[in-house]
Amino acid sequence: MESIAQLLRLIPKYDKLPGMAQAIIPVLVSCIVIFALLALAVLFLVWMERKVSAHIQDRLGPMYVGGWHGWAQTIADALKLLLKEDIVPAATDKLLFKMAPFIVFLGAFAAFVVVPFGASSFVTDLNIGVLYIVAVGSLSVIGIIMAGWASNNKYSLYGGMRAAAQIISYEIPSAIAIMTVIIPVGSLSMVDIVNAQKGGIQHWFLFRNPFIFLAFIVYFVASLAEVNRTPFDIPEAESELVAGYHTEYSGMRFAFFFLAEYANMFLVASVATTLFLGGWTQVLPSSIAHQFIPGPILFFLKALLLIFIQMWLRWSLPRLRVDQLMYLSWKVLLPISLVLVLGVGWLAVYW
Amino acid sequence: MEVDFSGDVMTLNMGPQHPSTHGVLRLELKTDGEIVAEAIPHIGYLHRCFEKHVENVDYPGVIPYTDRMDYCAAMNMELGYVLTVEKLMGIQVNNRVRCIRIIMAELDRIASHLIAAGTYGNDIGSFTPFLWCFRDRETILDLFEETCGARLLYNYNWIGGLMFDFKPGFEKKVIEFIDYFEPQVDNLNRILSDNFIFVKRTATVGIMSPEVAINYGVTGPNLRGSGVKFDVRKDEPYLGYQDIDFEVAVGKGEHGPIGSCWDRYMVRIREVKESCKIIRQTVAQLTPGDVRESIPKRVKPPAGEVYMRTECPRGELGYYIVSDGGLKPYRLKVKSPCFTVMSAFQEVSRGSMIADVVAILGSFDIVLGEIDR
Repeated sequence: MESIAQLLRLIPKYDKLPGMAQAIIPVLVSCIVIFALLALAVLFLVWMERKVSAHIQDRLGPMYVGGWHGWAQTIADALKLLLKEDIVPAATDKLLFKMAPFIVFLGAFAAFVVVPFGASSFVTDLNIGVLYIVAVGSLSVIGIIMAGWASNNKYSLYGGMRAAAQIISYEIPSAIAIMTVIIPVGSLSMVDIVNAQKGGIQHWFLFRNPFIFLAFIVYFVASLAEVNRTPFDIPEAESELVAGYHTEYSGMRFAFFFLAEYANMFLVASVATTLFLGGWTQVLPSSIAHQFIPGPILFFLKALLLIFIQMWLRWSLPRLRVDQLMYLSWKVLLPISLVLVLGVGWLAVYW
Repeated sequence: MEVDFSGDVMTLNMGPQHPSTHGVLRLELKTDGEIVAEAIPHIGYLHRCFEKHVENVDYPGVIPYTDRMDYCAAMNMELGYVLTVEKLMGIQVNNRVRCIRIIMAELDRIASHLIAAGTYGNDIGSFTPFLWCFRDRETILDLFEETCGARLLYNYNWIGGLMFDFKPGFEKKVIEFIDYFEPQVDNLNRILSDNFIFVKRTATVGIMSPEVAINYGVTGPNLRGSGVKFDVRKDEPYLGYQDIDFEVAVGKGEHGPIGSCWDRYMVRIREVKESCKIIRQTVAQLTPGDVRESIPKRVKPPAGEVYMRTECPRGELGYYIVSDGGLKPYRLKVKSPCFTVMSAFQEVSRGSMIADVVAILGSFDIVLGEIDR
């Protein structure tokens, strides 16, 4: 954000604005930049999902729109959704119905202000960055319950309730797995966590500590449940509940839910990259190889690898039933993550 | 499982239009939270008055109607009808017709079981096996199209013979397909049948004990999944099946109690491999001949009644014909295997969860065209 503030000062007469405006405008511009980056990322991810799913299923995926392998397919689909009729069913709770997609999106979007994409490419360096991400990530639950309730549809209600239960249950092992990274670093700030992993792949938290390696797996599985991806996509179980809590949404409102799901995927992949895979730091130590890939690109590539694994899992595995899902969270992941925290703590004290 | 009705019972309709009711089936679910107290099936949305229509067309004209009952396994539907009329008229077909009928019926069995496996994976949430199964099924449909011009509804088995003979080189293509296909079944097992999550979803669900199955008159893979070794091809052989060496696949309860959804599903997968064996042996038995030589000029069966059963992919298909000596059937009644298995659905699904209702329905592999006729 500092660089944006410096850029803005180049605008003539900018210094003449009142102090309040000078404080707020960089924030707004940063948010717009983040939103634009997120929208571009989601555009790419939707295309990638269609291609990955197609090749796993022995077919081709988008090929025509835009020429080379249908790269403009998502843009065409977004335009189509924009032009659709905005149907708000008559017996719904109109205010809640209209607000729900935005709140779900907010849960994903607001967490990006603390994610460091590069050495100085972040909006702000909160000293409680990780706590902020975990807290803000739970906002989407409110949006989902609103969507399920306001749709005035038994199927949507079922889907909304299941989604809320699932997300809340899986936040706990996910947060505890994050704690295993905090202990060696000693700070909740995302920038400090990345700086502690500088120097090459051997410094990444993933490879430094066997407990943290397992914590990465716990976090990865828990985050799959947070974003409602198969094998945890009960809320969207098409074959049982048509489309769950977003059954009644069409056009741009549905596009927002869709956008929110992929933004959430990108968020959990970014958080996992920052905490476990070294964020924007280089892969090979500077003594061996010349650092020619810029930090943000490397960050994006690492996040893309995790997202690819998420998509791979979605298209190979069946869906867990609700009670099996809850069993996994409370009786398997939670005890394992607690043991891992104990392990990391013991290592930190006695080594 | 005893279910207490005093809780908050909500009636949920899995309506005729639904992604996983395998057709237009309406399930009225009385649910208490996630547990289903009763699952009442309502059928009739696809009733097309088959048994009345066929009283107004002559015997060969009935064959396209039989195709459209179970559209996923049309060859077997035709075969059952044609064998029944031939039994009534006392027609004997030559060896070439016999072998071709077996090959087509078994290929159709493979195609039908691939649909069953693929859509079942879809219901459970695994989307990829669906496309893999359909990719392999496309080759079978291409083979059918080459022989009789149609992919799904063939009108191929005629009374006393067949519509067309194999094109030259067809046997080689069939063997090539079987050689390509048998390893694909192992692929399918790796991604779906032996998948840990799939087993957890299906192996403890929908237990149908052998007594329940026999009492309701269930047949086919649904009965064999409960451990009962009964197959019409072995117990009342027709078309020379007694001379062909194949095993009857039976559910053994490897991952849970016998008679679970997994057992029924696995019986179908094992049957596919047995069908491959049967096809290989039958292709070796093919002799040259004229496939139309026993077709009568006018099909006018003597007055009387006949009942004949065959093993279609979904169970024991029975045709009962009452003939008054005329050119049109006086009465034709079909015993549909899917209809009998739906009658057992309510008992098997009592006390399961909503997701399990979908799993049980998928494991029964019903086709509404056959239930409603």
